Amino acid sequence: MLGRTLGEVSVALKQGQITPTELCRKCLSLIQKTKFLNAYITVSEEVALKQAEESEERYKKGQSLGDLDGIPVAVKDNFSTSGIETTCASNMLKGYIPPFNATVVQKLLDQGALLMGKTNLDEFAMGSGSTDGVFGPVKNPWSYSKQRREKRQQQAQGESQAAEWLITGGSSGGSAAALAALTCSAALGSDTGGSTRNPAAHCGLVGFKPSYGLVSRHGLIPLVNSMDVPGILTRCVDDTAIVLGVLAGHDPKDSTTVQDPVKPFTLPSLTDVSKLCIGIPKEYAVPELSSEVRSLWSKAAGLFESAGAKVIEVSLPHTSCSIVCYHVLCASEVASNMARFDGLEYGHRCDINVSTEAMYAATRREGFSDVVRGRILSGNFFLLKENYENYFIKAQKVRRLIANDFVNVFNSGVDILLTPTTLSEAVPYLEFIKEDNRTRSAQGDIFTQAVNMAGLPAVSMPAALSHQGLPIGLQFIGRAFCDQKLLTVAKWFEKQVQFPVIQFPELMDGCSLVFENEKLASVSLQQ
Amino acid sequence: MAVPMLRWVGPGRRCALAWVDRSSRHRREAPTGSTSNGTREQSSVAQQPLRTAQKLRKGEHKWAAVVGLEIHAQISSNSKLFSGSEVCFAAPPNSLVSFFDASLPGTLPVLNRRCVEAAVMTGLALNCHINKKSLFDRKHYFYADLPAGYQITQQRLPIAANGNLMFGVFVGSKRSHMATRTVRVKQIQLEQDSGKSLHDDLRSQTLIDLNRAEGQLRVDANISVHHPGEPLGIRTEVKNLNSIRFLARAIDYEIQRQINELENGGEILNETRSFDCKLGCTVPMRDKEGKQDYRFMPEPNLPPLVLYDTASLPARAQPQQVINIDQIREALPELPSVTRERLVQRYGMLPEHSFMLLNEVGLLQFFQNVMKETRAEPKTVTSWVLNVLLGYLKHQNLAVSESPITPSALAGLLDLLDSKAISSSAAKQVFEELWKGEGKTAVQIVSEKQLGLMQDREALEQLCQSTVEGHPRVVMDIKKGNPRAINKLIGLVRKAALNRADPAMIKALLEKLLA
Repeated sequence: MLGRTLGEVSVALKQGQITPTELCRKCLSLIQKTKFLNAYITVSEEVALKQAEESEERYKKGQSLGDLDGIPVAVKDNFSTSGIETTCASNMLKGYIPPFNATVVQKLLDQGALLMGKTNLDEFAMGSGSTDGVFGPVKNPWSYSKQRREKRQQQAQGESQAAEWLITGGSSGGSAAALAALTCSAALGSDTGGSTRNPAAHCGLVGFKPSYGLVSRHGLIPLVNSMDVPGILTRCVDDTAIVLGVLAGHDPKDSTTVQDPVKPFTLPSLTDVSKLCIGIPKEYAVPELSSEVRSLWSKAAGLFESAGAKVIEVSLPHTSCSIVCYHVLCASEVASNMARFDGLEYGHRCDINVSTEAMYAATRREGFSDVVRGRILSGNFFLLKENYENYFIKAQKVRRLIANDFVNVFNSGVDILLTPTTLSEAVPYLEFIKEDNRTRSAQGDIFTQAVNMAGLPAVSMPAALSHQGLPIGLQFIGRAFCDQKLLTVAKWFEKQVQFPVIQFPELMDGCSLVFENEKLASVSLQQ
Repeated sequence: MAVPMLRWVGPGRRCALAWVDRSSRHRREAPTGSTSNGTREQSSVAQQPLRTAQKLRKGEHKWAAVVGLEIHAQISSNSKLFSGSEVCFAAPPNSLVSFFDASLPGTLPVLNRRCVEAAVMTGLALNCHINKKSLFDRKHYFYADLPAGYQITQQRLPIAANGNLMFGVFVGSKRSHMATRTVRVKQIQLEQDSGKSLHDDLRSQTLIDLNRAEGQLRVDANISVHHPGEPLGIRTEVKNLNSIRFLARAIDYEIQRQINELENGGEILNETRSFDCKLGCTVPMRDKEGKQDYRFMPEPNLPPLVLYDTASLPARAQPQQVINIDQIREALPELPSVTRERLVQRYGMLPEHSFMLLNEVGLLQFFQNVMKETRAEPKTVTSWVLNVLLGYLKHQNLAVSESPITPSALAGLLDLLDSKAISSSAAKQVFEELWKGEGKTAVQIVSEKQLGLMQDREALEQLCQSTVEGHPRVVMDIKKGNPRAINKLIGLVRKAALNRADPAMIKALLEKLLA
């Protein structure tokens, strides 16, 4: 049951094959067993069980609230949850219990979803590895998968190397790990520069970043307000559509959400892609791209082409500027957003009380990591009167050019862009931490952050397992507010590649689980 | 926890009106136009003659001052600028604080429609250009009563700009003549207010109240002096002036201080000062507030504020989602300058009287109601309303609405005066009786107190005759040619007539007797 898609679990609940409480307990038990993954910061066991009971009552009375009723979900720990600690993986917010729910959390709960817990991340979502939070790094469940072990045995690699665990990617790595470890049926991440799509790619999941303005940010503790969007992690595209249908729409508490009404929707199954035009941005073929991802990318393009779609090379000429541009805008907004953490109203406060200024300084020194403080420092530098024109304004202009690149490509007749999500498959933790956070973030977000600057919808789709038996994701990018069309194309792709479900029998033993969808990497894309 | 006082920011959501006239922010700009326009000339501080004549050097004696005001005025609204929490005067501290007001992470600002409408209305009333698109910015500084670490304001593209306000000032040696001045308005911006800090020096604690809804006015004044024809001087900023009286005193003091400083060979620092209302002087603020870099940044959580007029209104727009400038313009009441002009035109009133009528709440209405019911001349009515009624009200600290005399009662009194049924001194007595508020009409009072003018010419002639006979010395004086001596006789006859005789008639009768 736990390996199934949200849609399948929903059917099972409706048909009474399993009750919400049984499902909830199974998930809780698996959360315990996979504790070593460090996916959750807080497990909201009592809350989840109470919600499960209520859901069960509804099912008994035949008053189910819909597809999400009784569905276990995990939420990244930068979404405010009423009565449940929300830390952003920072000392600054340890012990902070919000008095309100983020709009997206409230919408899930209103539909009867069960909140299993709050998931781990990089501190304040600043990172692309989920390794830089105060609760320690998140481990990628695929490190322990049967698929990876088998590949390693075939390649006769040493035991010590086999023991090396991999990062999840980030910053929503906790949500990705929680879902990949089958402890929930869907998870919320946030996506500012790729933070949902990046871990989705590394953990073999569908990672969706909606159009900016489609889903409310109210209650999401901000990284970069002008780029942040709540992200959706699921096992399949139809599940994403179900969750998006619930979350999307205007929120009076978020003035940047669109006014147009949004209704729940189901995705059509495309049979004919011959009218589609898929663009392949040539600037994304960077030298650092691993050959395996590169070849998978062209195979995916070939898949569309052989099905009759038009596949053309396109140019997004300002792509190379995006990392620097993102760095300036991100740091500037971070410097501003982090100003509220002063130890006065909530969160950490130091013991020093000689003056307010001394208290501020010590509180922020103790509360923020070096990574966060570094971004605050550079952001304040960019915003200084003497620097504003040269940095912030210039970066805003470059941002516009980057956004226009996409507009131009879509106006030239391209429907969807196809790109890699990450440079390579997930790397071992020990490998990853050799570089500093800034370098890693720049590399990790290279294919994803331009989308945030343009406000476009994008989805990372699991495409195949690598030689190491690890997931590789590819990214589809759509026109602003054409999220549904984007997901429809992604669904067609999903059907072609038949990505396998993760297997770790040892973990599952006690849960008496049966994996029903045991399919190995797809025929068409087998490496 | 001790907080050194950086600024004393008055609370409430407010609409900041930056009234800048020849602001020293554009210091390179040469002074233009004549001498008025809000600049304070030396003459305006003539009551502080600190400069003595011998200090004057030839050609260097004239100073001009330039003053720019940043006025923070609270908008009258039911809820705050960016949150749904209530606004209520004197509510218990921190009882009206939403999650947004406390800057809980993840909360977002939502613009209050009423505040936008009020800002547009203010902009129209001050003859501003209303920007159909305006933007919000974040202004950063750390202070205990600013929980977000930044304030949302409209620095770059405000809701309204380039306006002006005409006003009257009393000029001349006796300050008796009213002259019209114009002050230019640089911009009107919507600005979120900070909270309020209460410093407990005894326990070295600072308490914060995030209700932010008290204190309706706060002004920062930028002041510089220069010689006319030369570039503007270095400015100082006197912050947090919360009454008009202190504002005027602070500006006068600061102008004189700068002149003295410069004439004694000193220099003016671009600094922030505060006004000590007990000592009546400005002093430098100890902190480095003036040198802060506010690191302005666009507020990413608020899209540009777009306003429409009837021509640009989108066809399918929901009325609750758009603000129509033309609609607000139509709903504007008649503006005071128009009303004043009307009074001057219609009643031949002096401009200063039109200002006085409008400056007191309800007084204009009172005046107009009297005018409706009386035959008396507008000049007489104006004089009685402004000199007598207003004097009595001020003396007893009453509002116009609390006046014990109704417009009809005053109209009745002025009718008697107009028909010469009573003398003007008797009219004052009647007014005093009416002021007691016993419900009697002027006619009743005149008849009860026998205050009516003596209509009996013969009786008055007799009174004159007996007075002349009783005061031969005065009569001698008159005959000797002392022109003022007759006034004494008139006074005596009036007294004998118990103030009920018309002095003009007495004079005529006396002149006839003595001829």
